[in-house]
Amino acid sequence: MSVLIYAENWDGKFKKLTFELASYGARIAEMLGTKLIAVSIGNVEESELKQLGRFGVEKVIAADNKRLKQFDSQAYSGLIAQLAQKEGAKVIILASNNAGKSIAPRLSVRLKAALGSGVNKLPLSTDPFVVSKKVFSGNAFAQLLLDTPVKIITLLQNSFDLGEKPVDITVENLQTDLGGLEVKTEVIEIRKQEGNILLTDAEIVVSGGRGMKSPDNWQPIVELAELLNAATACSRPVSDEGWRPHEEHTGQTGKIIAPNLYFAVGISGATQHLAGVSSSKYIVAINNDKSAPIFEAAQYGIVGDAQKVLPQIIEAVKELRNK
Amino acid sequence: MNILVCISVVPDTTTKIRFADDNTRLDVAGVQWVINPWDELSLTRALELKDDASAGVNQVSIAHVGTTASEPTLRKALAMGADNAFRVNGEFNDAYQVAAGLAEVIKAGQFDMVLCGIESSDYNGSNVGSMLAEMLELPSVSAISSLKVEDGKALIIREIDGGKEVISVFAPFVGIVQKGIAKEPRIASMRGIMQARTKPIQVIETAATEAFTRVIRFEPPQPRAACKFIDPDNAGELISLLQKEAKLL
Ligand SMILES: Cc1cc2nc3c(=O)[nH]c(=O)nc-3n(C[C@H](O)[C@H](O)[C@H](O)COP(=O)(O)OP(=O)(O)OC[C@H]3O[C@@H](n4cnc5c(N)ncnc54)[C@H](O)[C@@H]3O)c2cc1C
Ligand SMILES: Nc1ncnc2c1ncn2[C@@H]1O[C@H](COP(=O)(O)O)[C@@H](O)[C@H]1O
Repeated sequence: MSVLIYAENWDGKFKKLTFELASYGARIAEMLGTKLIAVSIGNVEESELKQLGRFGVEKVIAADNKRLKQFDSQAYSGLIAQLAQKEGAKVIILASNNAGKSIAPRLSVRLKAALGSGVNKLPLSTDPFVVSKKVFSGNAFAQLLLDTPVKIITLLQNSFDLGEKPVDITVENLQTDLGGLEVKTEVIEIRKQEGNILLTDAEIVVSGGRGMKSPDNWQPIVELAELLNAATACSRPVSDEGWRPHEEHTGQTGKIIAPNLYFAVGISGATQHLAGVSSSKYIVAINNDKSAPIFEAAQYGIVGDAQKVLPQIIEAVKELRNK
Repeated sequence: MNILVCISVVPDTTTKIRFADDNTRLDVAGVQWVINPWDELSLTRALELKDDASAGVNQVSIAHVGTTASEPTLRKALAMGADNAFRVNGEFNDAYQVAAGLAEVIKAGQFDMVLCGIESSDYNGSNVGSMLAEMLELPSVSAISSLKVEDGKALIIREIDGGKEVISVFAPFVGIVQKGIAKEPRIASMRGIMQARTKPIQVIETAATEAFTRVIRFEPPQPRAACKFIDPDNAGELISLLQKEAKLL
């Protein structure tokens, strides 16, 4: 028996997200009295693989094969399913991100395993196995019974704190030939976003809405983000108008994020916007209308003109940094 | 080329969500049902491809798993321009059951491209599209933000963490779409609405597969603590609160 995580890498490196999965998996393994193993796919150096041992992973199976160079949900899920069976995995955990969301449902079909997706905390119980998952775009949670011998979970990013649990980790390089696994999609080109902090990775996000009035007024948003090592974001009308790039649009139909701190500047707080940001640990709202619904979601609010308030905040951050 | 668009029917995104029977089920009183926003966009894109003669799309069908209560919403999708509809009859909340129902439609027909949305805005599963692909042993591409068709092959842009990938895949395949796939949902014309009244909705009866999951109860979100207001003339105070009280900076 075991608990298995899919330890995704980005250009050969793990991210905080991968370690969140390991920390989470280690706790579930404890609850079940079993061990935690990880599967890594692609070219990852041994020293990087061993990082997983800091968070309780006792064994990592590293599959590197030129046919797996590009992500293909069919091939990746086929491989993970084989390994899960071989290792007798009772619980399989993936991130609730693009890769995890396209692998987990395929595993569910292959392994006849119940899938709880968008889970935000440890199982409420393991027998019966009940998880809490986000529903109605974050307007509620559901307690979901996973009613099969093998269970699959996708975990929301930034919903589980890292927990160090150093163990001796063994690295097993997978030698099997990938016989039955076909790669039917072809990646022609990869266009990486360069430079800026990724919105989905950022601990702090500074976001502007229509209340910023014009794309020419964005400088303070960008400056505050730079000072705080934060990513920039926006509401949907802002990206629809072409004031900001589409990648920045947060909300139900855009990116769903859960940073530690979200600044909503000149954003009214429509339910569809909140759907993408309500899992933020703290929300700061800056809006000149004190009845704007964003203040109901925020912990800190300033009723005022963004163009007057932002420069004061920027000054205060600079002072703090100079201390 | 024939396209099948899978349509999930969900509460309107502004609906105030309430639960009934000790929070064990959604209170549907007064809920306004709509086409899931992503499905509306994927249908729009499928119809655009049909309008563009060079793409070689002959037919756009829609498929839904649900009860007769969904038919008014399916008529709306027909009014947008879908040619015909399939409804697998049943009340399923488990994604595995829904995908199995849709798989029946696809096995019985000839579809080159099956489109699903990235998630339903109600249960937020992000499950059905990839489950369906696995059941049919088809390749799939998810998080599609642009879709073109050339010579029986799809050219796709997919969002990845921190960028985009350009991908090609031969039909048949399952495409799972997100924002960007179409700009605005297509609005039904008066003529479309008239025509939709007589377009066929084929009802398929099939034995339900067993469910893998079951919702035991819903939890409305914890109310957040009241907002703490800071004087706009002393806005810098915010930063020291974030540092000292919230321990963030
Ligand atoms: C199906 C569907 C999906 C949607 N998905 C999304 C989504 O994913 N993301 C999203 O964001 N929206 C989404 N929307 C749109 C959403 O309903 C709102 O229209 C949108 O979020 C409003 O954006 P906003 O807050 O920037 O603009 P507005 O609602 O126009 O708000 C502007 C705010 O700025 C304030 N303001 C004005 N001047 C100033 C000033 N000088 N200083 C400070 N504040 C000022 C105003 O008081 C106001 O509260 C969706 C809508 C639908 C129907
Ligand atoms: N009951 C349903 N009938 C038809 N298609 C569905 C149904 N439920 C979900 N889908 C499709 O699967 C996508 C993802 O849904 P979900 O897995 O429920 O988040 C939706 O955007 C639809 O395309």
